[in-house]
Amino acid sequence: MNALRSGVVKTVSLDRERDIASARYAVSKVCDELGARALRKVRFVTAVSEVARNCVDHGGGGWLDIEILRKPTRIGVRCIDEGAGIPNIEEAMRDGFTTAGSMGKGLGGARRLVDIFEISNRPSGGLEVRLVSAL
Amino acid sequence: MTRTSLETVLAILREEFDELLSAWLETQKAEGVRRPDLFSDRESRRQLGELLRGLGDGIDAADDQRTLNLEAEPWAGLRAALEEVTHERVERGVSPSEMATFVLALKQPVFARLRQKLEAAPDKLIEEITEFSRLLDAVAMHTNEHFIAERDQIIERQRTEMMELSTPVVQLWDRVLTIPLIGTLDSVRAQEVMENLLNSIVEESAEVVIVDITGVRVVDTQVAQHLLRTAAAVRLMGAEAIISGISPKIAQTMVELGVDVGEVTTRPTIRAALSDAFRKVGFSIERRGDADRG
Repeated sequence: MNALRSGVVKTVSLDRERDIASARYAVSKVCDELGARALRKVRFVTAVSEVARNCVDHGGGGWLDIEILRKPTRIGVRCIDEGAGIPNIEEAMRDGFTTAGSMGKGLGGARRLVDIFEISNRPSGGLEVRLVSAL
Repeated sequence: MTRTSLETVLAILREEFDELLSAWLETQKAEGVRRPDLFSDRESRRQLGELLRGLGDGIDAADDQRTLNLEAEPWAGLRAALEEVTHERVERGVSPSEMATFVLALKQPVFARLRQKLEAAPDKLIEEITEFSRLLDAVAMHTNEHFIAERDQIIERQRTEMMELSTPVVQLWDRVLTIPLIGTLDSVRAQEVMENLLNSIVEESAEVVIVDITGVRVVDTQVAQHLLRTAAAVRLMGAEAIISGISPKIAQTMVELGVDVGEVTTRPTIRAALSDAFRKVGFSIERRGDADRG
């Protein structure tokens, strides 16, 4: 039913690890409704999983807006947390950078999986990551 | 000496206990929330009786009706009775609105009796009706909150049960185990998978373990890390891990993510993994010469 809409179609709050699964589920549903190709969907959902996990693990939680963009039709998400932000974004994006003993490839990997990847510290604090992918 | 403004209500609760109980049951029947399919009349009467007693004791003991706080001590009896009733109804699948109506059905019979008793004192009548309404609304709200909490508990329980169900380690052949993963591999589940697997390796003296991820839809860096760690632990136990069920889509995605599987053996299908495993433990599969089909 989202096939004709545009703008933000769903918001998922991200407080706990299991919310990441809800975010993946919601994004994959919108992909299906928009008729995304299977590979595009897997790539995008994986990228969403990375930024959502970053939000929960390092940003102290936040939320994720799923949006539909038009002309051409694309899917996007905006993931916002209320943490301290990242002092050196370039460094954090580098593969292998980690503060938590994880692989340190999440954000860099997510960037390679989508068409548009924007990351910034918000003036009011916290981090905002935007992902857009063609279908 | 009670300081309550609900003295008439209290008198009704005490003096007309049985009649009120029957009338409450009747109203519940009329409202369609009396569930003879779920509760016998005797059971219902006992439960309603405890609720009425709790209500009466609460009104009697609470100092100030204006700061109505059902969490306070005087309402302990009522809360206990409510919680029992709610618990049983949640277990038997009663809906939240049925639950609220169940409580609110007490208004009618009480109001009817108040109207009779306070015919000559309309101001007092309005005061008690208002007060009692407020009290019963609070009780209904409390019931609802408790109802939701009970449901959350059930959901949580089911989640745990599902998690336990979904990590079975299966012995495929002598010294060959498989663990088919389905759905989401979060940290908690990854930990479970690891524990189950390592224990089974010891129990079955396994040499090859096939971790099948055909049912895992998304492999992000964390899932990949869990899988690689599991494989490393399996190796430390002296067995070999094969990760199977990596679809072309997931393979491409993992490459973009920069996941390096290192020395872990991976196979596209569980079938390919199985023939690998057989080779390793020294078995081979042959077609029988007398088979019907060629």
